[in-house]
Amino acid sequence: MPEDPIVDVLIIGAGASGAAMAWSLADTRMHIVCLEQGGLMNPLEYPSTGRDWEARAQGDMSISPNQRNLPSDYPINEDDSPIKVANFNGVGGGTVLYAGHYPRFHPSDFRVKSLDGVADDWPIDYDDLAPYYGENDRMTGVAGLAGDPAYPRDNAHRLPPLPLGKSGQILAKGFNKLDWHWWPSDTAIITEDYDGRAKCINLGACGSGCAQGAKGSADVTYWPHALRAGVELRTRCRVREITVGEDGMATGAIYYDGNGDEQEVKAHVVVMACNGIGTPRLLLNSKSEQFPDGLANSSGLVGKNLMFHPYTSIMGVFEEETDGYAGPHKAIRSQQFYETDADRGYVRGYTMEIQRGHAPVRTALSGFRNGRIPWGADHHTAFRRLYNCMAGMVAVCEDLPEEHNRVTLDPDLMDGNGIPAPKISYTLSDNSRKMMDHAVARASEILTAAGAVDILSEAPIPWGGWHLMGTARMGSDPERSVVNEWGRSHDVKNLFIVDGSIFVTSAGVNPTSTIQALALYVADQMKSRLANLFD
Amino acid sequence: MTETTFTETEARALTILADMIVPASDEYGVPGAGDPAIMDNILADAERHRARIIAALSALDDIARKEHGAVFTDLDPAQRDSVAETFRAAHAAGADLIANLTVQGYYRDDRVMTSLGMEPRPPHPKGYEVEQGDWSLLDPVRQREAFYRETE
Repeated sequence: MPEDPIVDVLIIGAGASGAAMAWSLADTRMHIVCLEQGGLMNPLEYPSTGRDWEARAQGDMSISPNQRNLPSDYPINEDDSPIKVANFNGVGGGTVLYAGHYPRFHPSDFRVKSLDGVADDWPIDYDDLAPYYGENDRMTGVAGLAGDPAYPRDNAHRLPPLPLGKSGQILAKGFNKLDWHWWPSDTAIITEDYDGRAKCINLGACGSGCAQGAKGSADVTYWPHALRAGVELRTRCRVREITVGEDGMATGAIYYDGNGDEQEVKAHVVVMACNGIGTPRLLLNSKSEQFPDGLANSSGLVGKNLMFHPYTSIMGVFEEETDGYAGPHKAIRSQQFYETDADRGYVRGYTMEIQRGHAPVRTALSGFRNGRIPWGADHHTAFRRLYNCMAGMVAVCEDLPEEHNRVTLDPDLMDGNGIPAPKISYTLSDNSRKMMDHAVARASEILTAAGAVDILSEAPIPWGGWHLMGTARMGSDPERSVVNEWGRSHDVKNLFIVDGSIFVTSAGVNPTSTIQALALYVADQMKSRLANLFD
Repeated sequence: MTETTFTETEARALTILADMIVPASDEYGVPGAGDPAIMDNILADAERHRARIIAALSALDDIARKEHGAVFTDLDPAQRDSVAETFRAAHAAGADLIANLTVQGYYRDDRVMTSLGMEPRPPHPKGYEVEQGDWSLLDPVRQREAFYRETE
């Protein structure tokens, strides 16, 4: 029998959410095709295999697409934002470059409106996602420790926690002096051999790709399983637009292959997994007579409510040696200031993620930026004062949705295939500024208690737009949301979105485990409704 | 020196700047960043920023001409210092880029890494040791009551 020229499910994007969705749907035996604009990664080509690894981390493996400027990247106009976008385009997406910090949301994160009177509640809650968090942890391989009093009890399978190291011990003592919470981080870095992958050997270069394969990037976790199960992955394929039929249903996509040739794929279901910038960009580029304002945009909310996490960096200089750059950046976290306390003058809160220290180049650049290392003869003494003597933390501050923070299409800027590029317009809210100030002050107390003799801080971290959320939010009201409570477009009943775009609020933790748990949840919803998926 | 697309004058200006940013040190037994082997690193990394580097060097020469009537490479050390100070204040992005490339090239040199007590090798495949640490530090936190916020 000839193969149906129309694929059952077309997934656009092979990052965190696309990988999880592909793997979950594979057991249906449907014909699933995933289009990814980047290539398949080769860990042995990652920067940490070479002496120039810190240079490459700011070059061809930079977190900034504008800095990398690879053929697989699209440019982003971010002139109108104090926080610049970090992403990666390739199989694994942003997880190729993420640090692997893998905490879950708190139950309160799904009820922000009810609890604090701001933003909106999610249409689902922590209990809805809990089984998918567990399944996602199992697929990814997560190090950590059960029993954190900042979270509800769970029965997640965890590998032993990452080592405390010198830096973790120094900072743990600081937290303990103040009687403040800390706990070993849940981290997508395996501390024992797991699922055919070798354990972490403390390369210290997690942020530019893990050559060991110990970090749970989606290319080494979900994709090998999805491919073995029959999912078809087409790399170097950049989608220009989602196509629609006269009935208003999605019919597939038009894309450019690696040779730059235009191709079309037809599909019964389209799933978007392109992150909080790429998804609204593609929807806004998919204009038609039926959808003149972009696809799935009857609410007018596609691209709006962009949330980053405003990050602050607070690093201490100690008289004793720290871990420097050896080991995964994260060891422990604190959620002492996570939940709302009205006395603080702002709502919501943040997670403190411990940073072990910096490699030489990053030490020097931090010293330049903070005026601790001069140009000239005093460079060496000043450098040695900081090198292997720094440890501290970043604060991941919850960002609240505001419609004026948005992704639009740039009228002039285009990618290598001539597709209009996204433009980011973003301002920090008063709430975020107060939260960052609070984080810097509390972190400084911790570092001082831990024995720091100097403190360097930066708020926000200008290049720290790692987390891209909110630009196609989920909800039960079609006038106030883009997708419903199980990820289906209100307007186009065979179009689904599963990336960070559908977040209603951002919480104060790294989003990847929630993005992937959501993708698994949406996939299960689809599987349980196959008979009436488009009703 | 490996091949570079920068002109001899541009490479000379970058070498002078690199040595101004990180000069040699007898105390620590390390070369300056203008050392030929280190400049090979710097010039190789600078290629991907070629347009911005050339614009920065052009701005540097404009300041040199305005302040001293000659291009940067023809100035004496004291004049270069004053021009560099003006350059850093007026063209921070360009100056930061050159400083960034300088330390990227400098801190992967064998002599420099050895002087810092580092093994002159990439992180992979050997990796590093990180001590497990004293987990009894967690004991007081284990005693805490759950403090996450209930939603019901």
